[in-house]
This record gives sequence, C-alpha cells and structure tokens, in this order.
Amino acid sequence: MATLAPRSLIGPLRVAEWHLLIYRRFWRMNVLSSFLQPMLYLLGLGVGVGSLVDANTSSSDTLGGVSYVAYVAPGLLVTTAMALCAAESMWPVMGGLKWQRGYHGIATTPLTATDIVLGHGLWMAVRGATAAAAVSVALALFPETRSWGLVPTVVVAALVGMAFAMPIMAFSINAEMDGGFAALQRFFIIPLFLFGGAFYPITQLPVVVQWLAKIPPLWHGVVVARGFTTGNIDWLATAGHLAYVCLWIAVGIVVSVRRLRRKLYP
Amino acid sequence: MSAGLLRIIPPAMVVRRPHRMIERHIVAYRRQWLIVVSGFFEPLFYLLSMRAGLGDLVGTVSVGGREVPYDAFVAPALMASSAMNGAIFDSTGNVLHRLKYSRIYDAALATPMSPADVATGEIGWALIRGQLYAISFLVVMAALGLTNSWWSLMALPACALIGLTFAALGFLGTTFMRGWSDMDMVTTLTMPLFLFSATFFPISAYGSWAWVVQLSPLYHGVALVRAANEGVWTASMLGHVAVLTAVALVALTLAARRLDALLRK
Amino acid sequence: MTAPLLDAHRLVKRFGDFTAVNGIDVQVQPGEAFGFLGPNGAGKSSTMRMIACVSAPSEGSLHMFGLDAATHGAAIRARIGVVPQLDTLDTELSVQENLWLYGRFFDLSRAESKRRTKELLEFAQLSERADSIVDNLSGGMKRRLSIARSLINEPELLLLDEPTTGLDPQARHVLWDRLYRLKQQGVTLVLTTHYMDEAEQLCDRLVVMDQGRIVAEGSPRSLIEQYATREVLELRFAAGTNDQQTAALAGIGERQEVLPDRVLVYANDGEAALVQAHDRGARPESALVRRASLEDVFLLLTGRSLVD
Repeated sequence: MATLAPRSLIGPLRVAEWHLLIYRRFWRMNVLSSFLQPMLYLLGLGVGVGSLVDANTSSSDTLGGVSYVAYVAPGLLVTTAMALCAAESMWPVMGGLKWQRGYHGIATTPLTATDIVLGHGLWMAVRGATAAAAVSVALALFPETRSWGLVPTVVVAALVGMAFAMPIMAFSINAEMDGGFAALQRFFIIPLFLFGGAFYPITQLPVVVQWLAKIPPLWHGVVVARGFTTGNIDWLATAGHLAYVCLWIAVGIVVSVRRLRRKLYP
Repeated sequence: MSAGLLRIIPPAMVVRRPHRMIERHIVAYRRQWLIVVSGFFEPLFYLLSMRAGLGDLVGTVSVGGREVPYDAFVAPALMASSAMNGAIFDSTGNVLHRLKYSRIYDAALATPMSPADVATGEIGWALIRGQLYAISFLVVMAALGLTNSWWSLMALPACALIGLTFAALGFLGTTFMRGWSDMDMVTTLTMPLFLFSATFFPISAYGSWAWVVQLSPLYHGVALVRAANEGVWTASMLGHVAVLTAVALVALTLAARRLDALLRK
Repeated sequence: MTAPLLDAHRLVKRFGDFTAVNGIDVQVQPGEAFGFLGPNGAGKSSTMRMIACVSAPSEGSLHMFGLDAATHGAAIRARIGVVPQLDTLDTELSVQENLWLYGRFFDLSRAESKRRTKELLEFAQLSERADSIVDNLSGGMKRRLSIARSLINEPELLLLDEPTTGLDPQARHVLWDRLYRLKQQGVTLVLTTHYMDEAEQLCDRLVVMDQGRIVAEGSPRSLIEQYATREVLELRFAAGTNDQQTAALAGIGERQEVLPDRVLVYANDGEAALVQAHDRGARPESALVRRASLEDVFLLLTGRSLVD
C-alpha cells in the first residue's frame, strides 16, 4: 500500500486545481443544468405526484409520516450527486487519456497517477457537494423541506458522488470505446435513479430487486440522508451505511490508480 | 421537370431521395444495434418503477371521469414521452455530428441529393426508429394488462405524429448549434416538457396555470396517446392533432431552409 | 474547337459585404487538367463550390456540360466527382460501405454500386482495408478513399480542392500517379492547390487568383516565360549588409528582389549575372543559380506578405 499513498496532499490539490481551471470555461451552462434538473424533478415528481400521494391517506404510514415532497427531497440531493459524478467520470476521463490527453500532460510532471486519481476524487467531491448545496439552499426556502439536516446531507451527497466516481473512473480508464458509457448510463445509473429508494421505500419492490438495489452505494446514501432531513436517525445504522459507501470509494481509488499507472507508464 | 416548375419550387426543396439517407443509417446502425436496442429500456424502467413503487402510494387517478390505476395513467404518457425523447435524440446529437464534425451532409449534397432529401431522410429515420420503440412498448403495456381495447393501436400513429413534431423541432434547433456544449440546452428544454406535460399527474393539479401546460407540444401528444389507450374520443382530439401537425409543418419548412442556408452558402 | 465543359462568365460570389470571387471568366475544355492557384483567401474554394453546384453564384453565369448551373444543379452534380479540401468521409461506416452507399446517392443499383466499389478499392490500393472503419485509416489512405468515392459515379469532371495538403511525400506521389491515370482515361480535372510542384506536375493550364480576381492565365511553362526570367540567382550576404551590397548589384539581370535573408536576381543567364556581381565587388557568403519556377511567378503576382 505504501506505493499507493500520495507524497503529500499538494499533488491531488494541483490536479483538482487543473480541473477547476478547465471548468471555468463551461461552468455557466453546467451549473444551470445540474441545479435545474433536480429542482424540476422535485417540482414535477415531489410536488406534482406528491399531491396525488398525499391525497391517498394510506400512504402516510409507508413514508414514515412525512409528506411526499419531504420524503423525495433528500433522495434527489443524493441522486443528483450520483448522476453528476458518474457522468463526469466517463467521457472526461477517457478524454484525459485519449482525446485532449490531459493526463498524459500531467504524467510528464512530477505528479503521479495517484495524484491524478485523488485529484479527480477531490474534484468530484467538490462538484457533488456544490450541486447538492445549491439544491439544499432552494429546499431551505420552503417550510416543508427546511431542516438543519440538509447540512450533513450535502456531505453524504459528496461521499455518494465519490463512491460512484471512483469505480467508474476505473472502468473508464480501461474502456476502449465510448459506446460503453451510454450503456452504463442506461442500464446502471438510470435504473438506480428509479429503483434506488429516492422516490419510494424499496420495500415496495420485489425482494430480489430490493437486494439488487442495496448492492450499489446509492440506497445507503439515500437512507442516511433521509434520516438526517426527517430527524429519524439511527446512529449505528448510519455509521454502517457510511462505512459501506466509503468502501466503494476506497476500492475505486485502488483499482483506478493501478490501471492508470499501467496506462500512463507502460 | 420543366424550367417553369423549377422556378416555382426552389431546387433545394425538391424531395426525391430521402430513402437513400435512411439506407445509410440502416447500414451504419447494424454495427451499433446495442445502442438502438438500449433506447427501448429507458421508458420501460420508468414504467416498472412507477408501477411497483408509486402504484400503491398514489392509488387511482381520474381520467375522463373514470378512476384508473396509476400505472395505467402513466404508461401512455411514458409512451408519448419516449416518442419525443427518441426523436429528439436522433435529430440533435447525431445530426450535429453529421453536420459539423463528420460533415457527411456536405458529401451528400455534392451528389444529386438535395438539402430537403437530407432533412426528410433524417426525420424519416427518427420516425422509423421511434415506431419500433412505440410498438415494443405497446406490447409490454398489453402484457402488463395496461391496454383496454383495440383502440390502443391508435397510440402508434399518435406516437408517429409526436415523433415527427419533435424530430423536426430537434433538427431545426440543431442547425443553430455552435458545438457540443450547446447540447446541454436540449436536456434543459426537454426535461420540463417531460415532467410537466400532464405526464405524471393530471392537468387539473395545475389549477389556473393549466394554460401553461397546454403550450407544451408534448402535452397534446400525451393527451392523444392517453385517449387512444382509454378508447375515449372527443372533439378535442382534433385540436391536439392540429397543434402537433402545425408545429411539425412549420418546423420542417424552417429546418430545410436553414440546412440549405448552412450547407449551400 | 469543341464546346467548353465548364463555362463561367463574370462569376461573382458575395458573403454579405465581403466579395470572395469578383467577376472571373473561366473556360475548361473536355479532357483538360485545369488548376486554380492562389494564396489562402484568394477565392479558390468559393469558386470550386460554385462549380460543384453547392453554392449559388451571386452574379454572372455558369454553364457546365451546356447546362445552366442555376437550374440544373442536380443533373450537373450527377456527372461530376468532388474531392473536398477536408475529408467528409463517413466515420461510422467501413471503407467499402463509404463507397457503395455513396453510389446509392447517385441512384446506382446496389449491384452496380458494389461492382464499382470493388474496382475503386483496387484503384485506390485499399482492397485490403475494405472492412476497416474509416477512423482507423492513415491520412493518405483517407485521401485515396475520398478520391475513390468521388469516382463512384464515373464522373466526366473531377473537382479536387487541395488534394494533397497535409500528406507526406510518398502519399503525394501515389495520388499524383492516380490522378495522372484518370487524366489519361479522358477525365477532365479541375483542381486548386498552393503547391507549385503539384500544379506543374498535373495542370495543362492554370489561372492565378488573388483577392477574388484572376491575375494571370496560361500553361505553367508560358507563365514562367511571361512573368519570370529563365534563371534566378540567389545571393546570401552577411547578416545586416543586404542593403549596401544590393546597391552594387544595380542593373544586373532584369529584376531584383531584396528579401530579409537573401537577394534574388532574375536573369536569363544566372552564371553570367554572378560573374558580373563579383566584378562589381559583391561578396556573398553563398550563391546559387537555379531555374525559375512557378513559385517565383506566384510570389511575384500575389506578393510575399502572409495572408491569414
């Protein structure tokens, strides 16, 4: 493991700074879509479908006694970070190696593969957290979704973002063609968005699907985030869920570093 | 064709060989069939998720005075939305690539093909692909017991009309794009349509704001497909058809003009 | 004399306020190889696009094969082949699919299109790469494929816009060879280039364009005779002494040109000019006598300053 450790935090910070410099050219459009999309879902599904759900008196128990919009909000924060960080770890990573070849540029400096991987992770944490924070601010404007629990939820969203970013980065480093990304989006990210517990308790689903939904980190993050915003926190379970999320981050980092090193210094 | 007639119809608008463009796509997509097939799954995942997860929570929704289960309410809307999304997908990113990057339209226009051939061919292809998705989705709906009568088959031409409208709009929009970064606009514009066209909850929930929803072309598409599936036909259906047709015709004409201006300057 | 295959009269192309082509007259006879020379922005590509019937002239008349380009674009395009400046190959298709599907745009039957594809793959030396995806080809291969594709309709006229720009010397010579063969088969060639050696190799006749106008016209040889001397003497002096040394050269040869790094003396007998210069006391660090080339004509007519 000694070889995996970065020399210091400076390296990853330099790489994250490089990402920030590139991002400054695109941020306007990006901020708009990464903030607007969750807000639209919240309005369309949270408020709109919520009016149907809340009118159905038997639903309140299933949702743990909160309104539908309050139930959906933390789920949307976490899925937003997931979708953003997943996409940012597909094409941009392939671009770093194949198209604009930015990683090769970095590799000629004293920075290492570990720095690049950790720098990407750091950058994803920042992006996930800012997107979640922006939505949180909007949520705090409405009494139904206002809660101090939104603050730790931003951290949870950042962690979930990294838990998707790092393993997907490992996938992207070795990917030959970008066709696999569309498949990953359609058969992994979108199903998770829909079946990962953001819009309803997964106990509504068949048992097999429930188990499948629990394997990726998303559901664990959603449960923790919802605990914070609704105030029903089971600290032991929370610790367990977060440890599981971090396990995904750690495995993703280790595999990414190995693969990137093989690509950059063959 | 006589010179007199040629003066009335500008050469760029003559449509004679759109099927050549479609033939090209069939050959090209034989290598990318997985991408084509995967397009079918997105609406299916939505349907299954809504059915299993939200069905119990929502209960029933009133459609034309009848109480229907939530999945039966959502399914036609998802069918209409996927007709929109598929058409937009085919007429934006793919078209931008061919227009600006691989520039195969330039190559096509060096032959007897006209800009209108290219535009019509692209939109025709989007329609064919959209119909394949619509048919498969309808089969799934029938298998899940969400169709009511043979009238449900009328959802197919309705989806073709939705596809035509949005393919023409997508194509028109793409002729204004400067590069890939403008593609973000597409999601930003289609997502509100997807969420607020009486797709997931009835238009009555909007109260006095219902007129805003009616501005969405997709709303008219959803209304048509839903009516087809319920077998409930009223005079308002003619209005929905008229709106979609009008938007499609205007967008098609403008798109062919724009393409002509871009490629034959 | 036969009717010209291409007949342009007072042809003008404007983009808003900018006039790209400013009233040119061009005639090309069947079987000729005709070249447009000129610096970037001279109007060559705009002219080519009008000839290819993908761009309508703003003024003037253009007839090809005796047909009016304004009304018979599709019929004319059916009889010409176009090799654009930047490849417009279909990157989602294989090499042979690029060829036979393009033939379909000309209404060839599938069988006929595939038959010609086979021949053209041979012609372009691409038979072994028939099933490769275009993206994986080298620059020279892509260019050869572009030319092969432009021949799928057995065109009577082939338009080539800077056919060898960006290719290595080997690839250029292979292309020249293929174009020469086409010319022997009776295909009329119209091309643009800013390589003078290419123009000398390929063109029977050419025009030099500058700022949208034709500034000279003739065969490569006759242009050199008309605008340059038979030989050129190139003299290099020690840095910074060009001006004072040049004074000593006054009157030698027909014309002189002082460049930042050397002095050119245009003379029919270069050796004699060099002897004269020595006699006048000029002491160059190096001297070179060479035949005048089309490049000298080109630089004389279009100037030496960079055009961007």
